[in-house]
Amino acid sequence: MVKIMDKKLEPIVKAMQGKFSAKLEEFRDEVHLFVTPAQIVDALTMLRDEHHFELLSALTAVDYYPQTSPRFHVIYQLTSLAQNLSVQLRVPVNGNSPKVPTATRVYSVANWRERELLDMFGIEVEGHPDPRRILMPNDTEGHPLRRDFPLGYEEPQFTFNYDEIDLRKPYVKE
Amino acid sequence: MAQIEEVTIDQYKHLVSERALTGETMLLNMGPQHPSTHGVLRLLLELDGEIVVNCIPDIGFLHTGIEKNMEAKTYQKAEVMTDRLDYMNTMGNNLAYVMAVEKLVDLDVPLRAQALRVILVELQRIASHLVWLGTSGLDLAAMSMFLYCFREREQILDIFELVSGQRMMTTYIRPGGVWRDVPVEFEAAVRDFLKIFPKRINEYEKLLTKNPLFIDRMVDIGRLSKETALSYGVTGPMLRASGVDWDLRKARPYCGYEQYDFDVPVLPEGDTYARYLVRIEELRQSLRIVEQALNKLPLGPVHSENRKFVPPPRSEIGVSMEALIHHFKLWTEGFPAPNASIYSAIESPRGELGVLLAGDGGPKPRRVHMRTPSFDNLAVLPEIVKGHLVADLVAILSSTDIVLGDIDR
Repeated sequence: MVKIMDKKLEPIVKAMQGKFSAKLEEFRDEVHLFVTPAQIVDALTMLRDEHHFELLSALTAVDYYPQTSPRFHVIYQLTSLAQNLSVQLRVPVNGNSPKVPTATRVYSVANWRERELLDMFGIEVEGHPDPRRILMPNDTEGHPLRRDFPLGYEEPQFTFNYDEIDLRKPYVKE
Repeated sequence: MAQIEEVTIDQYKHLVSERALTGETMLLNMGPQHPSTHGVLRLLLELDGEIVVNCIPDIGFLHTGIEKNMEAKTYQKAEVMTDRLDYMNTMGNNLAYVMAVEKLVDLDVPLRAQALRVILVELQRIASHLVWLGTSGLDLAAMSMFLYCFREREQILDIFELVSGQRMMTTYIRPGGVWRDVPVEFEAAVRDFLKIFPKRINEYEKLLTKNPLFIDRMVDIGRLSKETALSYGVTGPMLRASGVDWDLRKARPYCGYEQYDFDVPVLPEGDTYARYLVRIEELRQSLRIVEQALNKLPLGPVHSENRKFVPPPRSEIGVSMEALIHHFKLWTEGFPAPNASIYSAIESPRGELGVLLAGDGGPKPRRVHMRTPSFDNLAVLPEIVKGHLVADLVAILSSTDIVLGDIDR
């Protein structure tokens, strides 16, 4: 299924490629543009102000572990209501000390979404106004949505080893 | 021994005003166990008397790690997790996830399955709005609303039980179509509902819409401007009540929504009352869609015949070796999806429910991200409650129609 890129989207993609020398990927009818962490705020500002992408629909990351450079793709899914278009910006970041600049000054929605990024992937967001964990408790170790974070399981207890396993269980004991 | 963390004001220093640090204003916890927070949501309020100066939502009490769990399951088996996300919109979650899978593996869906999906998702929208209407009424002391709304909702859940065997956790919509064809009683049950419900909406409106007490509590409360709404990524009825005409069913039709005739209510005011009116009108429009879809429900298969993705019927397994192989492979190994990522979205009762699905070439997803509308609709709350009374905060919160299972995932 090869679909041709939307006619209205073509000039926008050309402009982005010209300004940020962004790599273009197309899959199904989606357009993915790759930019560097240093460019992302400018790219978002340009899309919002010049091309009317008013809505930052999603901001998340994909972990390509065990690949390390780049390990994560931070994804910015943008929607233009006026033109009914979508474009996805992808920022590849490295596995050790991943960092992206904050997009809160462009889209307010980025505030909570970037806190989620920090909490779930351990991707540092530079200049974030409120860098606290959002879903997990503050004393959590590790970042759950990383691919090398174990899923976790509970050891089943049987009559013959009930007490032995009970000692290892993580719940609070009297 | 687990350590209990001490909560101090230092943690929230950058979020409260200076007056809170000197003790001039009061910090007060609302929730997590509070009847009007619609789930386990904790709001840290900075109060000047009765007036809200700052509001800091604290979420994560219902965090179940669904996104992480889905990575460990095959594409078919991960679907049951989606029911548990937004438990007021189970059919819609199924549809959003299944459409993402279908887009990733490029799978076609027969027309009858698409029409059935539309009927069920619209019924789900009505059920979800009924819960919102009932609980909003409860928050504003219109106790009887809750009972009336849950009476009608039960009728919809009975229809779901009829088709899927479950009232709430349905998993009826599957990759490639739906689980199986609807039983013969289905049409009569839906027609019955279509006959009763318009009168019931009028009853609700008689109780609330022109009620002076209700209007006093709702009009001009929690104004959300168009610009703020867009910047905060607010979608769904909340965005439409702020004057933005954006509905994915109209803008990017899926499942054949383009063939149904319906209106998208849009109001410019952006206050709590506008959100109420938009949702009430959506009840009527959903009913119109259900009626049209039921009238021209096509005959034919209810799932794709592509055996690489859809398991064969039981009757074939006994007589066909290929069917047995397909059945066995699909339920043990699953089907592979390409090493690529896609984003697909539907209009849920709360807004844009998007799924970012990344495959890794194998039968399990690399990453499933649910872009849930409640998350962003709650993030805007601190902006719109400032300067209102605590009692109004309750009205505003219920008008955002959040579901905590949807926020925490």
